Amino acid sequence: MIGNLPTVLAQGGVDWISFDIGRLVDQFWYNTVNGLAYGSIYSLVAVGYTLVYGVLKLINFAHSEVFIVGAFGAYFTFQFLGYESGGIAQAPLIETIVNLVLALAVAMICSGLVALTLERVAYRPLRRKKAPRLVFLITAVGASFAIQQAIMLWRNPNPELAIQLVAPQPLFEVFGVSVTNIQLTVFLAALVLLLVADSFINRTRLGRGIRAVAQDPDTATLMGVNKERVIMLTFVIGGLLAGAAALFYIMQIPQGVVYNGGFLLGIKAFTAAVLGGIGNLRGALLGGFLLGVFENYGQSLLGGQWRDVVAFVVLIVILMFRPTGILGESLGKARV
Amino acid sequence: MNAHHFRSGTATKVPFGQRIRDWWNGLSRFHQWAIIIPVVVLVYLMPFLNFFPITTEPGTDFELALFNTARIVLIAIGLNVVVGQAGLLDLGYVGFFAIGAYVAALMTSRDSALYAEYPWLLVVVVGIAVTMVSGVIIGTPTLRLRGDYLAIVTLGFGEIVRLLADNIPALRGNVGFRNLERPPGEWSDGTRIFTQGDGIPWYWLTVTAIIAVLILVGNLERSRVGRAWVAIREDEDAAEIMGVPTFRFKVWAFVIGAAIGGLSGVLYAGQLGFVNNARFDVVTSVLFLAAVILGGSGNKVGVILGAIVIAYTPERFQVVSEYRYLIFGLALIVLMIFRPQGLLGARQRLLARGRQAYKRLVGKPEPVSTESPMKDAGKRTGV
Amino acid sequence: MSKNGRLRILAVAATASLTLAGCAQGGNEEPAEGGAATNDSAAAAPDAPTDAVLPAGDGTGECEDGLSIAYIGTIAGQNAALGVAILNGVRLAVEEHNEANAGCQVTLKEFDTEGSPDRATGVVTQAINDDSILGVVGLPFSGESDAAGQSFHEAGLVTISPSATDPALSQNGWDTFFRGLGNDAQQGPAAATFIGDDLGAESVCVVNDDSSYGIGLAREVREALGDAVVCTEEVKTNQREFSAVVGTIEAAAPDAVFYAGYYTEAAPFAQQLFARGLQTTLVAPDGVRDDQFVQNAVGAAEGVYLTCPCVPADGFGDFFDAFTELAGTEPSTYSAEGYDATTILLRALDEGLSTREEVLEFVRDYDAPGLTKHFKWDEDGELTDTPVWVYRVEDGEIVRDREIG
Repeated sequence: MIGNLPTVLAQGGVDWISFDIGRLVDQFWYNTVNGLAYGSIYSLVAVGYTLVYGVLKLINFAHSEVFIVGAFGAYFTFQFLGYESGGIAQAPLIETIVNLVLALAVAMICSGLVALTLERVAYRPLRRKKAPRLVFLITAVGASFAIQQAIMLWRNPNPELAIQLVAPQPLFEVFGVSVTNIQLTVFLAALVLLLVADSFINRTRLGRGIRAVAQDPDTATLMGVNKERVIMLTFVIGGLLAGAAALFYIMQIPQGVVYNGGFLLGIKAFTAAVLGGIGNLRGALLGGFLLGVFENYGQSLLGGQWRDVVAFVVLIVILMFRPTGILGESLGKARV
Repeated sequence: MNAHHFRSGTATKVPFGQRIRDWWNGLSRFHQWAIIIPVVVLVYLMPFLNFFPITTEPGTDFELALFNTARIVLIAIGLNVVVGQAGLLDLGYVGFFAIGAYVAALMTSRDSALYAEYPWLLVVVVGIAVTMVSGVIIGTPTLRLRGDYLAIVTLGFGEIVRLLADNIPALRGNVGFRNLERPPGEWSDGTRIFTQGDGIPWYWLTVTAIIAVLILVGNLERSRVGRAWVAIREDEDAAEIMGVPTFRFKVWAFVIGAAIGGLSGVLYAGQLGFVNNARFDVVTSVLFLAAVILGGSGNKVGVILGAIVIAYTPERFQVVSEYRYLIFGLALIVLMIFRPQGLLGARQRLLARGRQAYKRLVGKPEPVSTESPMKDAGKRTGV
Repeated sequence: MSKNGRLRILAVAATASLTLAGCAQGGNEEPAEGGAATNDSAAAAPDAPTDAVLPAGDGTGECEDGLSIAYIGTIAGQNAALGVAILNGVRLAVEEHNEANAGCQVTLKEFDTEGSPDRATGVVTQAINDDSILGVVGLPFSGESDAAGQSFHEAGLVTISPSATDPALSQNGWDTFFRGLGNDAQQGPAAATFIGDDLGAESVCVVNDDSSYGIGLAREVREALGDAVVCTEEVKTNQREFSAVVGTIEAAAPDAVFYAGYYTEAAPFAQQLFARGLQTTLVAPDGVRDDQFVQNAVGAAEGVYLTCPCVPADGFGDFFDAFTELAGTEPSTYSAEGYDATTILLRALDEGLSTREEVLEFVRDYDAPGLTKHFKWDEDGELTDTPVWVYRVEDGEIVRDREIG
């Protein structure tokens, strides 16, 4: 009955969302620590979005699949190295580190190759035809779909059985919050990789090429920059970092090796890139950490079920009101 | 672009789609009807053509497969208004479909506090009205963006609709609404006409809805609204300068598309008798989009064909069923590279009188476009 | 129900399960101390009742050609392992039946609902439209049973669920719904008693997923625990990151955590719950009781208690061996229950019944022991004899612990 409408609205209007400020304050440091550890993954993936966007003005929707292929690569490396699902491996520390580095290398190579293939197969033909930008996006969506489904058909819809090389253990406490060995490793490793990427773009000759093309492709070409090579390079760098992110992800969440495991994470990483200022490398870094932390604050404030909504709302609000993000879009300079 | 394409139209090779189109446009109204009516009758008689090679049995019940195909066709026609006519890439279209389904659930399931014995037609009307309003609500802020930013924001809204269904207790999340009411009516032997198991009445109802929607959308297209959409699609800035209130007409496209999506959602929920949050994800949105792009966005016959390919082939061929998303994903890539205009690939730039005038002036019909309707929509983002 | 239930077990299956009842009592008499109870003297698994009705019957079944029964449930989708464990029990029963009864060859039709309620309604329609199907084993999960029950009721097609435990399912007036096990109105309080008395937990966090199963079971557990509940949290299907939930639980520092849901989410939840060194005991229900949980929780499953209205199958010698040979794995959660449910449908066909109505009537009046328990339904389709067991994870294996209800 329409008479019930007030009741329903009350049910739907008051009960379903509540603001628990006490919990937000109580768990502030807990959320900050967790958010930074998880946000480092967003940052790494966001770099891929931001570089490609900076150079090509293209939202590489399939970047989430570049990421998940890396996760599979790392997973199968674990398997190849003789780790079994279920228990926690008891290998000596040195061996574990060597194996992790191996898995990192494989994951990065896998993701890099997928990114490169994508560029070659899906985007380059369109560039040749000077296709409009939305056509690129549709192609990217199709590629994302196709890769996901190919993985699903190859494996199955359920996650791979979890393999964990290092058991999570609390190491020390900051502000009363224990930090696990995995969180610390992931955070530091991600930070190092991001700094390496940043100095590569800003300090090297190749990096200068990328910035030049981002600024003005035609002039850059006239100045002797090989545009095609620069484009390939940006895809490869994005792919390599996404592969690293994938390893760090499955170290934290070993149950995440599944065909569609990259989708949501990819959208969130894109959100991070937009938040920081798409096209801006340091923006991606900042955006990733911020989103990781915001997401956690949001779910403390509103409840765990609002986690994903927080990310989407951030995305929409930023796109609508400040599409240049926090640091502005600049790989070379601000875009007009 | 215009000059270039007008010239390319004089090339000697006339594509097949174009020839069909010319032939069709050359027919008199009377002749056109003489062809349309038997085709429509045939479409209504489809459930009785349940034999090899058309049938989908034993894999899937043929009548239900027909209903599901018709349902996707309806959705594709709705999405085509947004994507094909107005050139707005909407990745969150499934949200409107979901809203329609949820309105039906809220009104006709005993699990809902709003349940009452509403006439079923009222449910349809409310479902359409609510989706139209939500089209305005979602469209007003987002349609200030263009191109890829618009696509991503609509995707975000689509996901938020799904997540809200999950998070608001009154919408029952994954548990869902059961036993939705179906349209009234009984056969002479006292059994219900509309049941979950019998696809025929649902199929006929949906086909009727499709025809009604086609007439409505066709008329809209030939009106000022349709011309405004085409203008926006072709070059939004130029349209704005020429005095077309682009924003208002973009919202209109969104709202009309939403209404059709909502109608489809109501039908879907009615037949299935169950609604929860599981079927309204981005994957479904992309599948709808694939139907439109595959057939040829901007071309009603094309998108109908595309929707049939998307919905019918997986039911007909078990092999396709397993690989369907892979196939349609790859199809999107291949089409965008080699045939961005889709299978039929004839989009109209001129409508009704304009077309006749063109023919009289140039001496031949307006040429087929060989591009995606996204040609200019993506020129600039909202920055 | 624990007292009454035990009395009934003794009354009904006294000849067969003396050991079972005795040990169950033994288990209950030992209140363990502290949060992490260990019970070295696990209750012995019940033996197969000597008079249990088996699929093969006496080999004289006669029926029309072309009749079939169906398994409808998850096969490859969400939480597939739970469905496959049942399906293999069903397959085994049909195989044994057809081998023994030359005069009655029954086809098994398998329908995959992928475990999701929205897909189930469509799949069920397909099954209902297939006239050769006279009875259904399924649907395994409560959510999908809830969504599809009305359709079965309208079609008059009998269903025996070997695993759906939401108590509300039998309250819909569906005369085709029969439950082959205890429901959560038994499992919930039994689990609460186990948590409160056997584990001695004074504070409990109750976490549930968003399925009807998880929501319903958590409600039963919360009601039975009363004031001991110090926090309640909800997670989502397919969620993999639980820092918010874990944060709240850490802050509440409960003696025990009850997780009402399925293993797909329970595994990462368990792992993240214990990753930061939290000391608590995790208790989870039948939806989590699968090897997939143990493997995916990578170490965190150790010491987790699993409640289940399923009877340990290790005592059913012949069934155990035949199942292991057919499936390549040992019987798991509800394998034996699926086998029993199939047996009942096959008995109906053996008697020459050839319409859905007759089979429905047969199931309604059924009164005989199966492997796992005695099958006789009340007017709602609930059993009267419904054991609930606790299992625990030890050295990466799910081992039986004790009977609790």
